[in-house]
Amino acid sequence: MTEMKATRDGYGEALVELGKTNPKVVVLGADLTDSTRTLWFAEKFPDRFFEIGIAEQDMLNTAAGLSLTGKIPFVSTYGVFIAGRAWDQIRTTICYANLNVKIGGAHGGVSVGPDGATHQALEEITLMRVLPNMKVIVPCDAIETYKATMKAAEIKGPVYIRFGREKIPVITKKDTPFKLGKAATFREGKDVSLIACGYMVCESLKAAEKLEKKGVSARVINLHTIKPIDKEAIIKAAKETGAIVACEEHQIMGGFGSAVAEVVVENYPVPMRFIGIQDRFGESGTPEELIKEFNLDSSDIVKAVEEVLKHKHG
Amino acid sequence: MEKKKRPDIKELEKEATEIRKDIIKMLGEAGSGHPGGSLSSVEILTGLYYYKLRYNPKKPDWPDRDRFILSKGHVCPSLYTIMARCGYFPKEELMTLRKLHSRLQGHPHMLYLSGLETSCGSLGQGLSIANGIALGARMDKKDYRVYCLLGDGETDEGQVWEAAMTASHYKLNNLCAIIDRNRLQIDGFTEDVMKLESVKERWASFGWHVIEIDGHNIKEVMDAYDEAERTKGKPTMIIAHTIKGKGVSFMEDKAEWHGVAPKGEQIELALKELNMKPTKEQLEEAEG
Repeated sequence: MTEMKATRDGYGEALVELGKTNPKVVVLGADLTDSTRTLWFAEKFPDRFFEIGIAEQDMLNTAAGLSLTGKIPFVSTYGVFIAGRAWDQIRTTICYANLNVKIGGAHGGVSVGPDGATHQALEEITLMRVLPNMKVIVPCDAIETYKATMKAAEIKGPVYIRFGREKIPVITKKDTPFKLGKAATFREGKDVSLIACGYMVCESLKAAEKLEKKGVSARVINLHTIKPIDKEAIIKAAKETGAIVACEEHQIMGGFGSAVAEVVVENYPVPMRFIGIQDRFGESGTPEELIKEFNLDSSDIVKAVEEVLKHKHG
Repeated sequence: MEKKKRPDIKELEKEATEIRKDIIKMLGEAGSGHPGGSLSSVEILTGLYYYKLRYNPKKPDWPDRDRFILSKGHVCPSLYTIMARCGYFPKEELMTLRKLHSRLQGHPHMLYLSGLETSCGSLGQGLSIANGIALGARMDKKDYRVYCLLGDGETDEGQVWEAAMTASHYKLNNLCAIIDRNRLQIDGFTEDVMKLESVKERWASFGWHVIEIDGHNIKEVMDAYDEAERTKGKPTMIIAHTIKGKGVSFMEDKAEWHGVAPKGEQIELALKELNMKPTKEQLEEAEG
């Protein structure tokens, strides 16, 4: 039985570990400390935790100030409020000056569930990857989120880590390599590449199983780092499999699939299809219902593969 | 704890006039920029850099330096001028303001020019940054102080009031903010654009120690910085009443001089006036 765990838990656990190992790490919260799992750090290290209240813009720039004194601040709230509401603060104060602020964007994707569109972040990948100096990571499970968070503390400059609300399968192990900016091939294949991030890696693996039964060999690539993007792995996938389906729990426009397409189009054009939110806002519902409603599940990926294979060259 | 001996007020007044002349010259050379707020903030910054602020231009990263956060980034001509005069970079470089590859960007960028504490230009953000630095200083048990200059129009921004709450909540008495209360913003008088009064009562009600001064009176400016340093348990806000465009009569109290650089004869007239009073005819000509 696969263990189920929310990626936000991986974030919370990593912050506690950083609290023990790195005295420079401080954490700021905006009234959502339990939900973002930063409460775990706050309870253990109250002197290094700053509650800012429901004031995301102030939180981001307070973190910027702390970074200017040599601290490594982690700020977190829901993705819509942090990447959206505080975008100018992230852009002009943090990214422009390459400040060492780490941003945890919670509640990414429609799988947030019943809270509905207002709380389901579907745009942050676009909003964050467009900023110079920013690094963007969308880990596929709780263990990878833990590693991404630990890594974020090591590197200099702003980092955005997206995580989700719901428990999802843990598909990596503690010893699975995680290298920032390096994609990981989770399944070999030669007919098509499924390039995915976040929870969609899991759906892509399911889709690959289904495709195998249909005689299609699908490669599954976990592209956890969207910026800097692993061009080499994407070009290799294009050359070796000749078709790509990009999968994200996020708006297609400007997002993850677009980032993959930018590399493909310029270097080795092959037919592509995109699984993601198609220019709609989210809805209330259970996570399972919403994954189906927004055409994000493994059967939708299978359909997209069948479609893209029709257009494959030679 | 007043560490520094006070400089001679007459000398500082003379220096303020020289600073104003540099501002006019550099804006004239740049052909664009913001004279109004640059001129209104001269004494506020002179009091800081020539008296209160603890810094070393040869070691801009000195960990124990006081920090000055310019929140209203568009008035950087006055900051650049003072930084050059205080030894951060050669004065000749002032004439590169706003030009390609200049360290003196149209709005300040800390990665280009040592001595700048932040990059700024999008209004409303500086006070939050100052709070973060003040919190960091407290964590590190450092005694350096943090200063932050805001425009009065800038306080239209909601984030300023978020930051006002945070500074008060965390009792940041190592923080002193200053509002350049020149009563004008781009679209006109602040009270017509978006009513700010009572500025004093608003900040006091947010839990700040508030000092009101004539922002062109160097002695009052220095006294206010000393009073801020003596204040315990809360942050201090200095409301510095100023005149936008101060020192150049055809710019004074005129919103249209917020973001337009002087040209040709206007430059000459402004410089002449900063040395002596111009004739009525000259003034009328400049206005025309």
